Amino acid sequence: MSIDMAQFHQVFFEESFEGLDIMENGLLNMDPGEADPEEINSIFRAAHSIKGGSGTFGFSDVADFTHVMETLLDEMRDGRRAVTGEGVNVLLASVDVLRDMLTAAQDGGSADAQRVKAQRAELDRILANQSADSAAEAQAPDSDAQPLLDAEPVGWKIVFRPHQHLLRTGNDPLRIIRELAELGELEADCDISGLPAFAELEPEDSYLSWELRLHAAVDKAQIDDIFEWVEDDCDFAVIPVLPEGQPTQQAQQAAPASEAAEPAAELKLAEPAAERRSDSERRQGDRRKSAPAKASGGGASSIRVDTGKIDSLINMVGELVITQSMLGMLGDEFSMDKLARLREGLGQLERHTRELQESVMQIRMLPISFTFSRFPRLVHDLSQKLGKQIELKLSGENTEVDKTVIEKIGDPLVHLVRNSVDHGIETPADRVAAGKSETGTIHLSAEHRGGNIVIEITDDGKGLARDRILEKAIDRGLVRADDNLSDKQIYELIFQPGFSTAEQVSDVSGRGVGMDVVRRNINELGGAIEIDSQLGEGSTITIRLPLTLAILDGQSICVGEETYIVPLVSIIESIQVRDEMLSLVAGKGETFKLRDEYLPIVRLHEVFGIGDAKAENIRDGIIVVVEGGGRKCGLFVDDLLGQQQVVIKSLEANYGKVDGISGATILGDGSVALILDIPGLMRLATEGGGQRSGKLALTA
Amino acid sequence: MSASILAVDDSASMRQMVSFTLKGAGYDVVEAADGVEALNIAKTRSVNLVITDVNMPNMDGITLIKELRGLPSYKFTPLLMLTTESGADKKQQGKAAGATGWIVKPFNPEQLLNTVKKVIS
Repeated sequence: MSIDMAQFHQVFFEESFEGLDIMENGLLNMDPGEADPEEINSIFRAAHSIKGGSGTFGFSDVADFTHVMETLLDEMRDGRRAVTGEGVNVLLASVDVLRDMLTAAQDGGSADAQRVKAQRAELDRILANQSADSAAEAQAPDSDAQPLLDAEPVGWKIVFRPHQHLLRTGNDPLRIIRELAELGELEADCDISGLPAFAELEPEDSYLSWELRLHAAVDKAQIDDIFEWVEDDCDFAVIPVLPEGQPTQQAQQAAPASEAAEPAAELKLAEPAAERRSDSERRQGDRRKSAPAKASGGGASSIRVDTGKIDSLINMVGELVITQSMLGMLGDEFSMDKLARLREGLGQLERHTRELQESVMQIRMLPISFTFSRFPRLVHDLSQKLGKQIELKLSGENTEVDKTVIEKIGDPLVHLVRNSVDHGIETPADRVAAGKSETGTIHLSAEHRGGNIVIEITDDGKGLARDRILEKAIDRGLVRADDNLSDKQIYELIFQPGFSTAEQVSDVSGRGVGMDVVRRNINELGGAIEIDSQLGEGSTITIRLPLTLAILDGQSICVGEETYIVPLVSIIESIQVRDEMLSLVAGKGETFKLRDEYLPIVRLHEVFGIGDAKAENIRDGIIVVVEGGGRKCGLFVDDLLGQQQVVIKSLEANYGKVDGISGATILGDGSVALILDIPGLMRLATEGGGQRSGKLALTA
Repeated sequence: MSASILAVDDSASMRQMVSFTLKGAGYDVVEAADGVEALNIAKTRSVNLVITDVNMPNMDGITLIKELRGLPSYKFTPLLMLTTESGADKKQQGKAAGATGWIVKPFNPEQLLNTVKKVIS
């Protein structure tokens, strides 16, 4: 029977990558001075599992490499080898190589052989730095202990005396004898002389012994194999029967006595034979080196879900079905006096549907620790590389976030954390000179706040150089020297493409291609990013993301007969504007004053060409102040309708891409409402409407 | 009634492979991810054979074997360890704890089935 092992590969890869994470975290947390034995053990177990699985599923190069790591870890956990910083670093580097090998195996490619070889050499080097007893790995002893026979045996005489306790090992002499019988014709003589008197007979003990004659020209190894498990629990001797029918001189002395040297020598032979067999099997496995299975993870991606979540889902669907059947019954024979019950039923329906919706969204939620987990290593390596001392604090790792967010927020976060390490935190010398502690702190946190996920990266480094930024921005023509910008607005300039005030562009960061991409990625997730900073004290970057990508909290607005949805996360406030607040600014069109800022007005009915807008005069409509892409503006609309959660339907999939619109939704009454894309909308408005709207302002 | 086997391994892929192979051959298979789970299962039902990995969290294979031998219904049950070829001393420890025998990792489904046939007739 052949079983296709490929079906198990996906699970193997998933658990192996998890194992690698466990190893990496364990190694990072390991204190070379006082390593926790249980920690080392769990790192060992992870390596051991990967080795076992990769061997079983045919990835022998992975198995071989992991074997060396496992050996090193085994010595460490046994206490035969001290845990040194060097050892930890070599193991960390090996984890990286192993990750590459597994990824290559999963994708059906092959890893960088040079790198693997080099790292293997490193591991071997560390292993060699110790006494011989650790190097005495159980490679099968070379001893060719098979006795040289004059001729090929035509059969074997086997004396088998199980020790009294043999049955308690779960072995059964009968099974062993039956196995021998499978090799050929077998005669058995049972010796019952060992039986005690009935009164003293222990039913769980073994008192019998056998003399067996096997008439088959098989290898001694095959017989030894059969006794492999019980060799310590019995006395057995295997004597070749030669063609002449006479056992050899040597064998003659092997009387069926228990402690004679012969049986002992025979017994010892069983072991190397067994070792050799497993050794040759291993070599066979190597030769059979199958091509790694094609990435079964190519198409479908999977997600681990807490079974508790599934259970509560099932419960909720159950409730829903009950409500539905109740409503169905009501509907079958409805009369007006049942109206109250109908209403009640519909109310229940709404509740259960909402609960179900919330629960289902929960399924795609994973703790953000999945994203955060790479940072300890990143900060560790990077700070070592730059000669800085940095402590990374993580909090809120359990905050749950949609799976897509987890996947897409990683790169932006890496860029931001790298920035903190590279440009934020100063060298120990500089820090001390500034009166700070030698070790800088970066705090990465996540929490649910008001319907959003808020991720913060805070460092106690040197903060943003406001003046330098302003200078550079003026240089590049991004702002004018006399534009009165608040600190916050100046910091926002960093998000402009190509902007970098770093004196030297290090290969870590500072190339200036990062921040605008970061902001774009976050905007694509429906979120927003802000920076705050205190010169000399540090910076805080705040990222707000919606809780889920498929559902949006929105504010419905209407313009004429059309309803639009504005994402709540973009809305700052909504106001009714009075004439005094309005002004016309050259080159900027209509603006209104909000506290101490002048914000442009975007007349939606103009941008979208809606003919029947009700409010022409700003006074009669409402301005919804929104922000997006780092800028703010006021949307001029006829009226505000309600706030509601809407399911985002893709416009692109159903129609095509439209500037200024990020999606669509179907409202309760069946009509379609378009969801506004605020940054896109602002772009549209400035391109199209700057001058035109000017002449419509302030007309009475 | 088909013979039942308790398969214990902290690696899900190994459990799946073992389970699939044995079920395909007509055995009834129960899985456990570590020694504690396995012992709890063993206390509530009997099986004809236990196959266990050695390195597991919470309770390792050798301790599990020792504990199983302490249960009256498991005195003579075949208990097999999954060991790697370099674990010669593990085999000894296993035997001392009461193991019946071992299967060497890595193994393929054929080897697994052959070994199982050896102990469950």
